[in-house]
This record gives sequence, structure tokens and C-alpha cells, in this order.
Amino acid sequence: MKIFKKIGTRLILAVSFTVIIIIGVFAYFNIESHSNNLISEVERHANQLSETVKNTMQFDMLLNNREHIARVIKTVAKEDGIKYIRILNKKGEIIYSTDSTQLGLMLDKKAESCYACHSENEPLQKLSINERTRIFKLNSDSSSTLGVINPIYNEQSCWNADCHAHSSEQTVLGVLDITVDLKEVERLTNNSKRDVALFALIAIVVIAIILRVLVKILIQKPVRELLQATNYVAVGNLSHRINSSRKDEIGKLADSFDNMTVKLAEARMQLFQSDKMASIGRLAAGVAHEINNPLTGVLTYSSFLLKRVKNNPEMKADLEVIVRETKRSREIVKGLLDFSRQSTPKKGTVEIAEVIDNTLAVISNQLKINHIILEKKYDKKIPQIMADANQIQQVFLNLLINAIDAIGKTGGTISITTKEIFLSPYGTFQIRNAMCPNSHSLMDEKHKIDGFPSIKLKAKSSQNEGFINLDPIYGKHQHHYGIQFKENEIINLFCPQCGVSLLDENKKSPTCGAPVYNLIIPDNGKVEGCTRFNCHWQKWDAVDSAGDINFVEIKISDTGSGIDPKFLNKIFEPFYSTKGQQGTGLGLSVIWGIINNHKGKISVDSTLNEGTTFTIHLPVCYE
Amino acid sequence: MSKKYDILIIDDEEVIINAINMIAKFNEYTTASATNATEALTLLDETSFNLIITDIMMPKMDGFQFLEIVNRKKIKTPVIMTTGYSTLENAVKALNCGAIAFVPKPFTFEELTSVFKRGIEYSKISNKLFSRGNSDDLLSIIPCPPKYYRLGFDSWMNEEFEGTVKIGVTDLFLNSVGSLDNIDLMSVDENIYQGNSVLKVVDSDEYIHQVLSPISGKIVSVNEKVLENINLLAKDPYFDGWIYTIIPFSLKAEINNLTSCSSDI
Repeated sequence: MKIFKKIGTRLILAVSFTVIIIIGVFAYFNIESHSNNLISEVERHANQLSETVKNTMQFDMLLNNREHIARVIKTVAKEDGIKYIRILNKKGEIIYSTDSTQLGLMLDKKAESCYACHSENEPLQKLSINERTRIFKLNSDSSSTLGVINPIYNEQSCWNADCHAHSSEQTVLGVLDITVDLKEVERLTNNSKRDVALFALIAIVVIAIILRVLVKILIQKPVRELLQATNYVAVGNLSHRINSSRKDEIGKLADSFDNMTVKLAEARMQLFQSDKMASIGRLAAGVAHEINNPLTGVLTYSSFLLKRVKNNPEMKADLEVIVRETKRSREIVKGLLDFSRQSTPKKGTVEIAEVIDNTLAVISNQLKINHIILEKKYDKKIPQIMADANQIQQVFLNLLINAIDAIGKTGGTISITTKEIFLSPYGTFQIRNAMCPNSHSLMDEKHKIDGFPSIKLKAKSSQNEGFINLDPIYGKHQHHYGIQFKENEIINLFCPQCGVSLLDENKKSPTCGAPVYNLIIPDNGKVEGCTRFNCHWQKWDAVDSAGDINFVEIKISDTGSGIDPKFLNKIFEPFYSTKGQQGTGLGLSVIWGIINNHKGKISVDSTLNEGTTFTIHLPVCYE
Repeated sequence: MSKKYDILIIDDEEVIINAINMIAKFNEYTTASATNATEALTLLDETSFNLIITDIMMPKMDGFQFLEIVNRKKIKTPVIMTTGYSTLENAVKALNCGAIAFVPKPFTFEELTSVFKRGIEYSKISNKLFSRGNSDDLLSIIPCPPKYYRLGFDSWMNEEFEGTVKIGVTDLFLNSVGSLDNIDLMSVDENIYQGNSVLKVVDSDEYIHQVLSPISGKIVSVNEKVLENINLLAKDPYFDGWIYTIIPFSLKAEINNLTSCSSDI
């Protein structure tokens, strides 16, 4: 059945079952104790009654006033719930009874009224209060009854009485037996049972309703939303988001689902983009090939005709136009082919100003159309740099087109500034070779940090030992630790090959006073560093004294719409685009890649509605 | 091999064959043509040619595969390669595989005529070189010195102690051009790229021959002596007749595309 497969139904069934068990167990003990209390109350009452009857009759018995006794018994027996009262003599003969039919009957020792004393071979002489009562059923379908037997003991007055009916040797003269009907007790107990059952039923119904509502709100609705979302995604709608505001597990599931959809969309976009780029490449190559063949026909025939019509100046002039224009087409197709090719970087000496001017020539029309004022502030003395002129031109082209797009049709200013700057080698210079005092190389070609071979050292701390891979960029601290260290712990460093200590016992780190390690750099002095786990002090005198490294700095600023600060850190990520469908989202990531390949840096600074500035640092010589 | 033609034209497009044929005919060369490489190979079995011009991008068998079979069959006919997909990589590959020239499409009448002229001349030279006994011509080609590297038979490069590289033109190229009239050099500080034209040689008939660069780099000096005395080129092509000194950009990678002259001897 479908309904039993639902989480809600299953939950309700499970909870109902538990509720039934709990209430059942509780009710059992509750009713039991309740009924016990009632019975003991009846018992106490019956005992009291029995004593009263006995005491009332004592005088009559001494007088042997039998009629009076019978009347007393009858009167007492009229009380509610009392079935009968009878007195048995020692032989078991019923000598008084409210039920006159029983008079004179003999009861044997096994009768309900007798066995309390006569269960053993030797009859009991004394019977305590508790043992006097018993509950039994007269016949199987009648209600329970409570019997109270009260032995009538022999007393001095009994054997001294005038009748001399009893001798002094006897202990028990007879038994007063009162039987009380327990119908009322049973009725009350049954009422309790019914109440409990009703209570359990109501509880289950109420719990089921509450559960049903909770399941609907907490589980069914969000699960249905999730289900719907998966269906959307399945049919390819990757822009659907659940946007759950819940903080519970289902909320987390929804968030993670949204996150997955975003990533999926990105991956699809990436595939689509790379596919698109590859297609454009193939298309361009194909077009180039296809167009070049007919162009060959045009160019060969026209140049051939030109050769033959030397004596016809008019025709010659016309043919020259054909040849010239075909040659121009040839150059255009060549450009297309160059674009499509996954061109390997062709490093050469590059005059930055020249590259910028070449780029500006390409976009001069767009600048004019968008009413953009161009401010060029070139530093005439900046050196040439080693770079791929085409790639650098692509960087400028992308940045300038972005700037034009940001300015829009309203007009604005783009300013381009170039200058030579000097940056400290600290944080930029790469340690290419490092050795221990025994001339073992410490370089680890297999473990690269940010693409550069790292420096592998053996490390020992107070607890354990392992390896550390130091960041090979001087002053940069993206070390990889093979083992864990505590804060401020001092690490002992050794050569992984010969185990010689790399610590300089005589020198202390100027920042924290911890011991200093030494790495020998062949032909270039030594690199010193602090051995304290989170101390970042490092020194390379030979490089520091050689002075700063010169870079060419290019700033491209626009007075455009600016970039929202929350997107600033994302813009260099591949496939991130603020231009929606218009942009490929590849431009800035490609730019970043190119600048990074040139060992340069690109950074962005932007204020919303005021403008954006891209700053590029390219090393003058990066090899 | 009863028949003998000057030029075998291979291209999958009829219009190109016609255009090339027209230029060849104007220069009074006899021609035969094939629209695919397989057909061309059959033709080569029964007919001999002085020169082959083949397209690179053709269905089934491309120009490079064709060139490989020609080399394997030890057919000495020089091959010119042409393509509409003219990349530097294709140019370098063509020359390195043994083609004597790479002509990007579309070409002009003059461009193709000069390449034909050089090709036919090359063919004559190689025929003389390989037909022993006929030594009355006293033809001698100066071999490229060991430790030099060459791009096909166009240009050579030699690494110097200072890390700079000297570049020049091979003797075989100069011989196939014939009498030199003029040369057109690039200037100092210009960047040159492997497979790009680096030097224009003008012969006495005013045909321009392009020399492709063996290596990429920045020109640091130009041999002024060659400009003063053009005969120096032919006289001592591998030493005093050098053309440029350059600082190479990526020597290690590009040297793989070149032939070591040590293997020539």
C-alpha cells in the first residue's frame, strides 16, 4: 500500500505503537495499585465490621441468646455489599447464617472459610489480621467476593458461664465468617481501565495529528521542493535555486543542493566555453584554409594578368588594385589564423608604449563612438621588457575593451600610465638552489609550491619528526608541513640526506630570539630564517644587497561603472563575467594567466560608480 | 621512364592546379598534375620530374605523408610545399622534413615563379651532385660545418660562446638562387621568429627569394660586410658570410625542429 511507504505514516505508526506500550504499562501498574487500595479499604472495613459483630455478640453468646444473635447478624448483613454473615462452630457446622438455607450445613476443612487455619495438618491456633481475608469467586461467572473469617477464641468468661457449654481446654470456639461482595470495586477498576484506554486513544489521535502537521511542515514540504528542484535540474534548468531559509539538516541539504547546481552550471558553462573556443579555433582554421584557396586563384590570375598588360596603363592600374586588395585579404586571413592557433608564447623584447599604442589603434573607433577622452602618461625612460608582444597586446586589448564597456555611451576618461618601479626581492625572488653544509642539494623537484620546486628539510620537534617543504620564494611563507607543530614551537632542521643540523647555534632571530637555520645558496650567499613555528623572519643578504628588482608598472584607469566590492576577488576566476550573456568570462582569467606566465602581477582597485583601475607589474627581465 | 616533365603539381582543387599550371607554362616548364597524393605516387613511378609542388591539406593522404613516402622511396626530386593553412609550425615542419621551400597560399605570380626557378635550379644541382663521373663541371657545394644546425636547406644557426647565435644562409640555397643581385636585411633590435622570412635575396632576374629563420630571437647585430660585398655570402657562407647575430628566445625548444649538420657528413 502506497500510504505505508510514506515517511509520515511510518512515523505515526511507530509513535502510536510506542504510546500504546507506554500508556499500557503505566495503566497496568496504576490500575493495579488503585484496585489494591480499594480492596484493602474494603478489607479493613470488613475486618472492622467483623470485630464489631463479634464484640456485639459476645454478651449474647454468654447468655446463649441465640435469637438475638441471629437478629444482629441479619441487621448487620443488610448493609450494602455484604453477602452473608455466618458463624461456624468448631466442628464446621454453620450454626448462624443470614442465609437460612445454609443453617446446619457442615463445611469441611477445605472450604473457603476454613482453609486459612486448616491448610496445615495441625490447625492454627491464632490467625493474624492479614491472614483472615481471602478473595474468591463463588462460581466462575459471578463477581469476586471477599471473605473475612474471625476466629472466636475461648475466654475465661466462656468456660465460667452458667451454660458450661465450653470447657477451658478449647482454644477456638468457632468462626465468624463475613463475605463481602467486591462488585463495586470491580466496577471502579473497570471504569479506570476504560478511562485509561480512552486516554490512550485520544493521546494517539492527538500525537498523530501533531506529527502529521510537523512532518508536513518540516519534512514533506522541503522534500517536495528538493524533489522538484532535482526535476528542474534533470531537465537542464540549472538556474533554479531552492533558497531555503532553514537552518536545520534539510536547510543544509537545500543549500548544498543549490551549491551543487551552481557548480554544475559553472562546469557546463566551462565545457560550453571551451567547446566554443575550440569551435572558433577550428572554424577560423577552416575558414582560413577555405578562403585561401579561392584567393590563390584570384591572386595568381590577377598577378599573371598584371604581368601581361604592361603596355596598357589603364588596365594595369585596375589590376594593381585587385592584386593589392587580394594581398590585403591574405593578411586578414593570416590574422585569423594567428588568432585561432594555440600560439606558444614568443618572447621577445617589447616596448610597452609601442604595444599600448598598437592596441589603441585597434580600438580608436570605439573610443570615438563612446566619447572617451584618452589620457596617456607614458614614462619615456622605461626599459624594454622580455615578453610576448602579442600576448601583452591581448592583455591591453581586453582591459581597454572592458574599460570602454564600463564607461558605456555616456562618455568618460581612460587614462594609461606607465612607469618603472623597483620592488624588493623579499616576497618575489625565487630560491633556485639550496644546499646543506655538506653540499647536498635540498631542492625537491617533485614537491612544487606554486609551481616552483620546494626546499625539503628534515624536521624534528619535541614530539615527532618528519619533513617540511619550504616555499622557494624568498620571504613568502607557504610552507608545507609534513608533521604537526604546536604554536611557537622551535623546529630543529636537518639535511634529509646526511642529517647534518642546519641550525646556527650562535645566531638568534632578531624578531623572537629563537635559533636560526642556514641554507647555503651556491654562488649567492645564504638564506637565514627563524626556526620558531610561526615566526616568519627570513633574510638573504646577497639578494637584499643587490637591490630591488625593476618592474614596469602599467595602470589602466577608467571612469566607468566600477565593480561591486563583493565581486572584486572573483573577477580573475575563469568564466566569471559581469557582462551576462555578452561576455565569455574568459577575458580576465586569460589576462591573469598571461601576466602570471610573465612572472608579473595584476591587481584591481575599483569604486562603484566611480571607476576601476587595473595595475600590472611586469618584470623587466624575467629569466 | 620514357617521359620527363619539369613540374608535378599536386592539389585537391582544380582551380589551384590551373593557376599553378598557367604560371609554370608561362615560364616554359612542362607540367603534369594529380588531384591527390596516391595518384601522384603512381605518376612518379612511371614518369620522372624535376620538381614537385604539393598542397599539404588534402583528403586521405596529406602533403607530409606524401613527402615521407617520397623520401622513403629515395626519389631525389625536390619538393615545394604549399598550403592555405600557413602557420609557422607548418613552415618549419615542411623544411625540416626535406621540402626545399614552403609557399603559403595565396601566392602571386612572382612569388611562385621565383620558387619554381630556385626549385628547378636545385634539381639541376642535385642531379649533378648525384651523377658521379661527370666531374667536368667542378661543381662543389660547401657542406654545413659540424655543430651547426640548419632549417632544411634554407638557413643555418651556430651557438657562440657568449650565448648569442649566428645565423646565415646555406650554400645550397645560394647556389640554387644563382647570381645574386641584392639582399634585403632586417635591422638591429627587430625580433625574428623561427619559420618566418628573415632575409630576402634578389637574383639577377629580380626575383625575390625568401629565407626562413632557423631560430627565434632578437637581432643584436647585422653583418655589414655582406651588405658591402654581396659575394662574401657565396664565398664563405658559413663563417664570414653570416647574416645576423641574435639573442635567442627559446633555443632549447626550437633546436628540436632543426637538423644537426654533424649528421650530414
